Amino acid sequence: MMPFPSTIRLVVAQTKYQLLTFWRIPVAMFFTVGLPLVMLVLFNALFGDSTIDTPDGSWSSRQFYTAGLAAFTAVSATYTNLANMVPLRRDEGVLKRWRGTPLPTWTYLCGFILSAVIIAFVGVTLLLTLGVVAYDLDIDLAKMPAAFVTFGIGVGAFAALGMALASLVKSASSAAAAANATILPLAFVSNVFIQLDDPPRWIEIVGDIFPLKPFVEAFQDCFTPFVEAPAFNWASLAFVAVWGAAGLGVALWKFTWEPSGSAPRRSRSRRAETV
Amino acid sequence: MLAIEVRDLRKHYGDLYAVDGVTFDVRQGEVYALLGENGAGKSTIVEILEGHRSATSGQAQVLGIDPAAAKRDFRDRIGIVLQSSGIEREFTVREVIELYGGCYRERRSAEELVALVGLQDKLNARIGSLSGGQQRRVDLALGIVGKPEVLFLDEPTTGFDPAARRKSWDLIEQMGTDGTSVLLTTHYLDEAERLADRVGVLAKGQLIAEGTPEDLISQVSGTTVSFMVPDTTELSEAPGVFGPLLGTEVRISGRLIEASVEHPAEAVNRLTSWALDAEVELESLSVRRASLEDVYLSLTATDNEEAE
Ligand SMILES: Nc1ncnc2c1ncn2[C@@H]1O[C@H](COP(=O)(O)OP(=O)(O)OP(=O)(O)O)[C@@H](O)[C@H]1O
Ligand SMILES: [Mg+2]
Repeated sequence: MMPFPSTIRLVVAQTKYQLLTFWRIPVAMFFTVGLPLVMLVLFNALFGDSTIDTPDGSWSSRQFYTAGLAAFTAVSATYTNLANMVPLRRDEGVLKRWRGTPLPTWTYLCGFILSAVIIAFVGVTLLLTLGVVAYDLDIDLAKMPAAFVTFGIGVGAFAALGMALASLVKSASSAAAAANATILPLAFVSNVFIQLDDPPRWIEIVGDIFPLKPFVEAFQDCFTPFVEAPAFNWASLAFVAVWGAAGLGVALWKFTWEPSGSAPRRSRSRRAETV
Repeated sequence: MLAIEVRDLRKHYGDLYAVDGVTFDVRQGEVYALLGENGAGKSTIVEILEGHRSATSGQAQVLGIDPAAAKRDFRDRIGIVLQSSGIEREFTVREVIELYGGCYRERRSAEELVALVGLQDKLNARIGSLSGGQQRRVDLALGIVGKPEVLFLDEPTTGFDPAARRKSWDLIEQMGTDGTSVLLTTHYLDEAERLADRVGVLAKGQLIAEGTPEDLISQVSGTTVSFMVPDTTELSEAPGVFGPLLGTEVRISGRLIEASVEHPAEAVNRLTSWALDAEVELESLSVRRASLEDVYLSLTATDNEEAE
């Protein structure tokens, strides 16, 4: 009797398959990778050469919003993407179909998560490259190790949180809504799009409770001139990691493969409907 | 050897006894068909045996393994066609076959499978562009891609055109001859009659009859007489008029009246004499060998009457 295909081969095949899926859903591509690029172009047109004044001198605000948008891209590719796609596959009955095959179930989820991380990496790289090439973004090589580590912890945590949301929400359409309803308002209070000076106290608190702001700030630290190399923001990273661990716990506890009774079996809803 | 062994299986959803003490076996290489009305419990039984659901009580073994505790090895040896489940719409037929096939120890090639299910022209078409019946054929292809020893088919030919249905019958028959054991559910009684070595009839979670199609047909009675109720007779009076003439209970659907009779010559003689005397025509009069459908209808009819 022939042996099973090796685990590595299965994981690679699954990751390739998820990447190809993503590639073939233009809406998902646009919202995850394209939109941040468009926003970078817009931000540069709107705030181009504005500066941020601090007691230590003034710095181009581009260093903030480019890093903020990059962090947000990483979150879209993992959290939003998984919270959209996994429930969609569950509603369609695709998850149930896979569970009936000899593919180890964790391999399937692994493909989902790895592909999300790769998309995040490509999205962030594209965004930073556009920043450097078109808009004089300063990159300090001494801080890049910190940027990598921050990226790694961030995508891990937000992938886990995306899976947690996918596990908690029953149907694909409500999952898409929930993903956007959680991440978009949070982005405004988390220094993604705008650097808030002196925000109301409650906004600051909301930003500090959730993991988006710590992640964005840790990533921005790797690009702002305030922070000296190597720019590891361990406190924020630990906070993000704890959220990620909690997300993983919820996902492991609540994940289901069966479509929920009320959900349409061959749902065609895509994230576009709710964005 | 028994491919599937089910003993006093029960599945309760709250107060609803979806499966209520079912016992049956499927032998190796046998095609076993489960029949029953909507909600009778067919899919529930099949999904318990596939390992998708857990039973409330009772035993189920597939290939000597308890599906609830089964691992990868088990899923490598079975094939599943669910009653409804999607396929990745973004992929082509070839891609999904290779993708799913890629996780089995032994697999059939995409070319072989499309030929088996009649989708040669669609090998490179996206799943999302296929018609409902064509997608269903991909379901069937994915069910057998891993060369299963036991194949579960939950209403596999729903949505097939007549030619596709016949083609899939040949396929399922061939699987049986090659030693694959098949558990099939269907609402098409001609399909069960043609394919099944044995048939089990489910009603409200219980097996109310079991046997080869021939056995079941001969159990009821040999011949079915049917005709349209003449205009001169009120529909409500028809059972009272024609029951005694045919010497048995009659079934009515629309204006069509049907009865299974023991002695067709006598019954038809009485019926036609009556018609000649009354000077009415018996439209669409037919006398034919009873089919599985007649058995099924009489079984489920008595069952429903008892319930009322
Ligand atoms: N997850 C569930 N929760 C509650 N009730 C369920 C669930 N799944 C099935 N049922 C009920 O169990 C009964 C049997 O359902 P099942 O799907 O097995 O029927 P079936 O014989 O396959 O019918 P059909 O011919 O329509 O496919 C039905 O009354 C159904 O409503
Ligand atoms: Mg069913």
